[in-house]
Amino acid sequence: MTRYLTKMLGRLPIGWLQLIHNKTRLAAAVAGVAFANLLVFVQLGILGSMNGSIVASYDLLQADIMISATDFNTLTDSSNIARSRMFEALGVAGVASGASIYIGNMEWTRGEGDVAMLQTFALDVGAGGFVRPEIGSQFDALQLQDTILIDTFTRGLPDGALEDVSPETPFALESGGRTLRAVGTLEIGGSFATDGIAFASDQTFAAQFGNRALGAPNHILLNVEDGVSVETVIERLKNALSSDDVLVRTIDEAKAHDLSYQTTERPMGIIFGFGVLIGILVGIVIVYQVLSTDVADHLKEYATFKAMGFGQSFFVSIVFEEAIVLAVLGFIPGLLVSMGLYATLVAITGLPVEMEVSRALTVFIGTIAACAISGTIATRRLAGADPADLF
Amino acid sequence: MTDHEVITVSGLNHWFGRGEARKQAIWDLNFSVERGSLTVLMGPSGSGKTTVLTLIGCLRQVEEGDVRLLGKELNGISETDAVQLRRRNGVIFQAHNLHESLTATQNVLMGLQVHGTGDEAQQRKAAQHLLSLVGLKDRMDYLPGNLSGGQKQRVAVARALVSNPEIVFADEPTAALDKDSGHTVVEMLKKLGEERGTTTVMVTHDNRILELADRIITLEDGRIVKDEQN
Repeated sequence: MTRYLTKMLGRLPIGWLQLIHNKTRLAAAVAGVAFANLLVFVQLGILGSMNGSIVASYDLLQADIMISATDFNTLTDSSNIARSRMFEALGVAGVASGASIYIGNMEWTRGEGDVAMLQTFALDVGAGGFVRPEIGSQFDALQLQDTILIDTFTRGLPDGALEDVSPETPFALESGGRTLRAVGTLEIGGSFATDGIAFASDQTFAAQFGNRALGAPNHILLNVEDGVSVETVIERLKNALSSDDVLVRTIDEAKAHDLSYQTTERPMGIIFGFGVLIGILVGIVIVYQVLSTDVADHLKEYATFKAMGFGQSFFVSIVFEEAIVLAVLGFIPGLLVSMGLYATLVAITGLPVEMEVSRALTVFIGTIAACAISGTIATRRLAGADPADLF
Repeated sequence: MTDHEVITVSGLNHWFGRGEARKQAIWDLNFSVERGSLTVLMGPSGSGKTTVLTLIGCLRQVEEGDVRLLGKELNGISETDAVQLRRRNGVIFQAHNLHESLTATQNVLMGLQVHGTGDEAQQRKAAQHLLSLVGLKDRMDYLPGNLSGGQKQRVAVARALVSNPEIVFADEPTAALDKDSGHTVVEMLKKLGEERGTTTVMVTHDNRILELADRIITLEDGRIVKDEQN
């Protein structure tokens, strides 16, 4: 390593040699950086999992345009919208088809004190084209009242519990005092608020959610005719619906708004965002402490180098060399421990916590930057290295 | 300043402390040092000899008077010029001041790397050659913590000499050495003066090496009280 660094730097790697000379301090410093990385990774992981579960809900749908109430912030918290808007929209040039979507949380009573919350999406059984094909293809089975498609990744289920579910071998479940039959499956998983996903026909939904009227869906989904620009149709819809009580936009725009709202305006997003900031600050403070102590401990050696004719840039390069070494050495265990923690979180919560390459890369660059900031602050102590003090 | 003079000092005064505690340590010094000579600064503790060494070695800021080192005025010198000037000299400290994290060879290498990057293998060869000359052939890869006081001092000497400096400033370089080792080190400095024209200015209490000096300047209370050619 020393030889490699010597070649890379074109000089002896003093910073590296200083760090490995005091192995206890090096271990403590690396542990500190790794801990800061772990903090940041955990916060980002949970934040990413929240975003992932938001995205997962939108990715169930396949539509060009979504019409929602103007108070839309998330898929589930906006006011209902009049179904008549769908019929109006279908009259607009370029609109090929439309569907009303109903969303509600359904309690699945699995036993004494064991209740799972299923986020339930409901559409007309003929609207299978508005959801992902593997789900839409099962819509025929939903024509029978009180049948649903159930999420095999629902939190708290024993392994393989829903393995054999089919229209021929339905799985009975209790919800709100009613008995439903799962006749098909999907694989999504839980989110922060719900344990899994279910799909039902609008008729079953109306029966299950007695307070919901079919005339007031959560959103309206539209597909445009082949070869017609979605943006053009959106403009036409905005004019045709001529009302300020609806939002007309693409699914992706709705998803982007939801993500932005949840991460910047909702407490959970803000809390985890602060968590990331705290992790970065902890990292900066730890590395600064290590570097500034190291500089203080080596002032005599630095003063000697000054007496020999080394300039300020040489000392700054030593401190930065140490900062980079600490960043790299701290990042590796931080990443590995975080991956282990992610796996544990997934196993316990079923949340989609994944170590994405882009996240690892961003945190690595952030670690280098944080260590460089710490190094910049620590170099101020170099001014205390006066050759005259050596005599 | 003639071509033969590498250091000229005129009207040099220096103080330590501030306000009422300010005390004059050096009083109106005037002398010059010739190229290739071995000059010894002697005197009792507190006489100001080390202060003079640091002032003429560009290691302490000159407050009053003129000091010309290798043709450069040190009074008011910029940090950049000071750095460049220091690179032309070698310094040997009483307390060795070796870098604890570096081996003997690496410490000596620093004396070469101050001049910038170069062929690392050749630099290493030069460093190890000099370590052999000071009798540390079998200690080249030792860290200072595993060397005796005398061995450390020899590494410090090698570090100061490895880049063929024009002037060597040495503060009690033989203090940690036995008589023979001390004599060997000073003889080496003397030989360098004769062969390469390297000038040595040395602070010492060691009477055993005075016979090798070309000139002995004795200070007392910050003043030159004796200036003898040997």
